[in-house]
Amino acid sequence: MAEIMFWEAVRRAHDEEMTNDPNVICMGEDIGVVGGTYKATKGLYDKYGPERVIDTPISENSYTGLGIGASFLGVRPIIEIMSVNFAWLALDQIANSAAKVRYMSGGQLVAPVVVRSPGGTAHQLGAQHSARMEKVFMGVAGLRVVTPSTPKQAYGMLKSAVRCEDPVFINEHELMYNMKGEVPDEEYFHPLEGSETVREGRDVTLFGYNISVHWCLQAAEQLSQKHGIEAEVIDLYSLSPLDRQGITKSVSKTHRAVVVEEAEPIVGVGAEVMAIINEECFFELDAPPMRVSAVHVPIPYNHTMEKAAIPNAKDVVAAVLKMFGK
Amino acid sequence: MSLKIDDKKRLLREMLFSRRFEERCYEAYVERKIGGFLHLYPGQEACAHGVLEAARPGFDYVITSYRDHVHALKCGADPKAVMAELFAKETGICKGRGGSMHIFDVDKHFMGGYALVGGPFPLAAGIAKALQLQKREEIAVCFLGDAANNQGTFHESLNMAALWNLPVLYVCENNLYGIGTRIDRSTAVVDQYKRVSGYGIAAEQIDGQDVEAVYAAAVKAVKHVRSGKGPFFLELMTYRYRGHSMSDSNAYREKAEERRWSKRDPIIMLRDRLIEAGKLTREDYKALDDEILEEIENEIIKFAEESPEPDVAELEKYVFAENDPWVNGGPANG
Repeated sequence: MAEIMFWEAVRRAHDEEMTNDPNVICMGEDIGVVGGTYKATKGLYDKYGPERVIDTPISENSYTGLGIGASFLGVRPIIEIMSVNFAWLALDQIANSAAKVRYMSGGQLVAPVVVRSPGGTAHQLGAQHSARMEKVFMGVAGLRVVTPSTPKQAYGMLKSAVRCEDPVFINEHELMYNMKGEVPDEEYFHPLEGSETVREGRDVTLFGYNISVHWCLQAAEQLSQKHGIEAEVIDLYSLSPLDRQGITKSVSKTHRAVVVEEAEPIVGVGAEVMAIINEECFFELDAPPMRVSAVHVPIPYNHTMEKAAIPNAKDVVAAVLKMFGK
Repeated sequence: MSLKIDDKKRLLREMLFSRRFEERCYEAYVERKIGGFLHLYPGQEACAHGVLEAARPGFDYVITSYRDHVHALKCGADPKAVMAELFAKETGICKGRGGSMHIFDVDKHFMGGYALVGGPFPLAAGIAKALQLQKREEIAVCFLGDAANNQGTFHESLNMAALWNLPVLYVCENNLYGIGTRIDRSTAVVDQYKRVSGYGIAAEQIDGQDVEAVYAAAVKAVKHVRSGKGPFFLELMTYRYRGHSMSDSNAYREKAEERRWSKRDPIIMLRDRLIEAGKLTREDYKALDDEILEEIENEIIKFAEESPEPDVAELEKYVFAENDPWVNGGPANG
């Protein structure tokens, strides 16, 4: 088990899948000669050539559509969209073509594409480079949405997504590419459905995904050490479908829930998880569930304001203490 | 290259069949047997038939917009299954889940009808990319209307198709209207073939009512694409007889314009040439028409009407693959 960086894990998954299957290709802006803005495809251009590691023009909707069209004939494209903010432009092809062809063709045609893209608020990138779009993709029937919180997940999810027959959107994070973590030396495939209990606890469940899992873990540590509250942390790595069973099981155990998301609260992951809790285990609750979310504003450039717009571990601790009346 | 007499007679039958099929759809829509949106093809038959006569239907990959019934039929789709689809039946070609705008027959390499204007431009380029990568002989053929050329996907996809020398034939069926807006009111450059010159793509503008002219041009275009010379853009000047869809009253067109085009009907033009050449009589044509009408009524409509509806219990089928082991982390975890 070696400790490697998140980008190296993504790169390794690309490399192994491209070696395994000549139909696996990757495409996107600056992914070839340059090796990717976050190095996720570094060295692959030299290894596999321009036919399979494709530097695309800045035409997000159409190169995504091109990848989808290629997938109709058994090609397995891994499409990188440099930033989820640009994925708005590709939403037409992702939602209208990839996600719907299986259904509207009565099961005849499938689009096994992987679209991976980093979202999230990084460092003063401004309103048009700081979006969190997972809520948009989650609402599209026929599209799987996963979001890795560790290098191991990033590696194993990409490998499963490449082989899965469904279109998969992998929501990464700009701030996480240099995060280190252990990844198995042997080949590993991570599930695309379910959730993972990353810390056991009895008093409250903190639901996180992607970067917010780390805020939850930091908060759980502080709650345990300073306040004697044992928080369970659930990593919702699959956002579509959400793990109803896993959510219900944990809330039925702790009887309290806080959903932590970097995105705005409106029609978001938190809203959806709270709805599931209401539907599945309302009478298990000892307190109303809470959300820790971003402020509903376009992300400002000013650093202090930017930080104020996005939640952190302290906000999670504060929400839990409030829930416990402390 | 020109067509042999037997091929012309077969084409006449196929085009007339397409016309009668679509006219019967119109009636079925009025009878409320067909729901939703319905975009009919009468007037444009020479486009799909002429081009695909030059390509290899069932072998080459074809993709188009929501005006898709006739392209599917020409690729070899079973007309009974297409009509059953329009009737929303389980025996429909897409099991009643697609409808008029989404006919697919993947076995026949008909990759579907799509209802976002311009959506198929990149999908066709992607099919061509796969064919190139897999070193295959087939080509991609993408049929779209003139109005689709005002979408960004037109420019983005043609750029990539030219840049990567992709084996794709783009066919523009220029029927002069984007729903109710005449082309000169929506488009700065009315001649569509001129618009692709900026991408260095070979292009030609052809009379889309003359199936023999379409065929001859398409033979050259297909040869160009199949021989590895990259994409080709074929503009076919044509006209639809009905409104854009069944909900379109068609009040925006001059009657004189409609009369002018109806005098150049693709089926009548071919019929009259065969009669003039002494290869067909008016009686032959009448017999052919009767035979087609009977087939549509007694076999196709009958099949569609008598077929069962889909089972609502299967509403969620076809959203995702069933039992895909990779969802659970691979067969080892299965």
